[in-house]
Amino acid sequence: MSVNPQFPALRTSRRRFLGLGGAAIGAAAAGGLLAGCGNDSSGESGPVELTFWAWAPEIEKLVEIWNQQNPDITVTVSRQDAGDAAATKLLTAIKAGKGAPDLMQAEYQAIPSMVANDALADISEHLNSETPGHFNDGVWNSVTLGSDAVYAIPQDTGPLQFYYREDVFSDLGIDAPVTWEEYAEAARTIHEADPSMYLGTFSSKDPGLFAGLAQQAGASWWGIDGEAWSVQIDDDATRKVAEFWGGLVEEGVISNQPMYTPEWNAALNDGTQVGWVSAVWAPGVLAGNAADTQGKWKMATIPQWDAASPATGNWGGSSTAVTSQSAHPEAAVKFAEWLNTSADGVAGLVEHSAVYPADTEHASTALDAPPAFFDNQPDFYEITEKNAEAVQSFTFGPNVNVTYSLFNDEFSSASEARSQQAFVDALGAMQDGTVDDLTKQGFSVK
Amino acid sequence: MTNPTVTVPAAPVPPGRRADRRRGSRTLHSGFYPYLFIAPAAVCFLSFMAIPIVYAIWVSFRTVKVSGLGLGSGSRTEVWAGLANYSAVLSDPEFLASARRALAYGAVLVPVMLGLALLFALLLDSRRARARTFSRLAIFLPYAVPAVISSVLWGFLYLRGTSPVHWLAAKAQVVLPDALSPDLVLFAIANIGIWGGTGFNMIVLYTPLKAIPSELYEAATLDGASEFQIATRIKIPMVLPSLIMTLVFSVIATLQVFAEPMTLRPMTNGISSTWSPLMKIYRDAFVQNDIYTASAGSIIVALATFVISFGFLRLVRGQAFAQESR
Repeated sequence: MSVNPQFPALRTSRRRFLGLGGAAIGAAAAGGLLAGCGNDSSGESGPVELTFWAWAPEIEKLVEIWNQQNPDITVTVSRQDAGDAAATKLLTAIKAGKGAPDLMQAEYQAIPSMVANDALADISEHLNSETPGHFNDGVWNSVTLGSDAVYAIPQDTGPLQFYYREDVFSDLGIDAPVTWEEYAEAARTIHEADPSMYLGTFSSKDPGLFAGLAQQAGASWWGIDGEAWSVQIDDDATRKVAEFWGGLVEEGVISNQPMYTPEWNAALNDGTQVGWVSAVWAPGVLAGNAADTQGKWKMATIPQWDAASPATGNWGGSSTAVTSQSAHPEAAVKFAEWLNTSADGVAGLVEHSAVYPADTEHASTALDAPPAFFDNQPDFYEITEKNAEAVQSFTFGPNVNVTYSLFNDEFSSASEARSQQAFVDALGAMQDGTVDDLTKQGFSVK
Repeated sequence: MTNPTVTVPAAPVPPGRRADRRRGSRTLHSGFYPYLFIAPAAVCFLSFMAIPIVYAIWVSFRTVKVSGLGLGSGSRTEVWAGLANYSAVLSDPEFLASARRALAYGAVLVPVMLGLALLFALLLDSRRARARTFSRLAIFLPYAVPAVISSVLWGFLYLRGTSPVHWLAAKAQVVLPDALSPDLVLFAIANIGIWGGTGFNMIVLYTPLKAIPSELYEAATLDGASEFQIATRIKIPMVLPSLIMTLVFSVIATLQVFAEPMTLRPMTNGISSTWSPLMKIYRDAFVQNDIYTASAGSIIVALATFVISFGFLRLVRGQAFAQESR
């Protein structure tokens, strides 16, 4: 849930790759098989009709295949604005008591607040027993919130990895950094060689990336402790991350300007930003913003805190949820399972964009070629698969939007102040603001 | 609108028509038509003004209470909050800071914008002006650009990496300050408002200038008044009511500044999510899903706008409505 919904034009390119790509893939048996199990129509006449709010490009093509194979469950896509806008619209419909769809594309960090607003149905009783086995534990945890309930079926994830301009690195005689210490060294070398050049930037507009970096370091900002929430934003792991980036900003060896601005786009293209800690969907953004640099980039595993035990975080990704207003949860679950766990569905999700499916069973078959912008790196998805396995567990809370908004404001002033201490203080303010908001709303907080 | 009690004047009317007229007047007396005629306006007013306002007031006295983990149905209930939302807004340092920023923004924007508008209107009206239609259109044109678009355009000009101004300055070995830094961003935003608003206000001031009878100028010229004296002694006093109206509208627009900072925010660290009062309300409602606090904030801003604009009008009533009351 990016907290910057007000600049759609600049955000679109990333959103596109957070979503899923639909594709007209040869229709096969999986959908039919799934439709065969269970007994949904329960005496009703005519096909079950489901509505599906989604923003993924060309999702309609996938849904068309489903509809052809499953005449008794017809799905209609209603195209939405990505992320926050759709989530707010859903909560409004829930509050109104009607108007919500049966199925909803939901970003992982939005699930707890949707559940807290009673917007999502617990679909555990309708679930195929094999479905949970399709996903990594960390991903599955984000749709169950660590409980026995299941609130969505994962669709795609965004494991963090490191992108860099290989030509610049080899000119300067440096290798892709393996640890964060090496990253800092590389940042210094690059900025010294050319003061207009930066290895990266600290963006106060992208809380999702910062959360992913904290996740890599071992943080989990929220937790469920019995019947109460716990909040650990200002913990050792996250503080380590804040100190690291704050230190680099204070030193002046990385930029302090936000990402996804016209300025940043230009910097990627003209070679003054020569690296990007980003997620698996980055190739699409680079292709859109830095077309002139095709063939000069390489991807590597994200720099590590401890090279002996590789870890990474997540930035972006979404799931398919069934809303609490759906009259046909069982049919809706069947469709969501087909879309996200069948060979056809997963292949379709991959086909048209750089979406990285959450499903582990069919992913490698579907990801047989690197993204077009990285055709110089044939093993792109082999590295990504290894990275995805190293994604650490992370729990989102019911007020992620409040925390992300605090991040924007606190780290804006900290970045502007160019002070490591301000970065650490900003974390404290995020922690206090998050806890205060939960308490004010009446949540039990430990 | 026809007054049902007005008696028909006893003008010579052809006999055939008289009966019609009387029948019409009887239905008017039944009082049905007036209501029919005002019904569309009344329905629109009720549905799109009165009911939403009443609902917003109602919501501003409510809040949601969550119990336990807040997960699952029934853990969230709406309860009466009394004045808690209002006291929360009024004691929120971010809201107070945003109000101060809005006032500072107005203190920069309003005098400069209206000063320029008046200056342009007087220049266009002066006898020596050339290419009036073109100039008027050119000055007015920015008003036709939506605030979001103009903010994006100015954003490109402000950002060092994309700005031709910074590029030229760099060629000349000059380092310009960053217009979007926290210290300067207020002026950067006010500049967009001035660019967009001057033309409209100029037209508002130019129109009454054209209505001033030319005999006044002739008389003044005969008395030996210069062009400058005509402007300060005749023209400005004559357009004072219009000037006061544009001032009131500008002050209202100032308190509601939203589109420009909202559009520039993703480009800079210099604008927080609560930079202006309306941005704070937007954040409460649509980022934090707290429509209760947002409603209280809206009502406070509406009341403040009301008090400031009507208080000001009362203060200057003598001038503003001088012509109407005499």
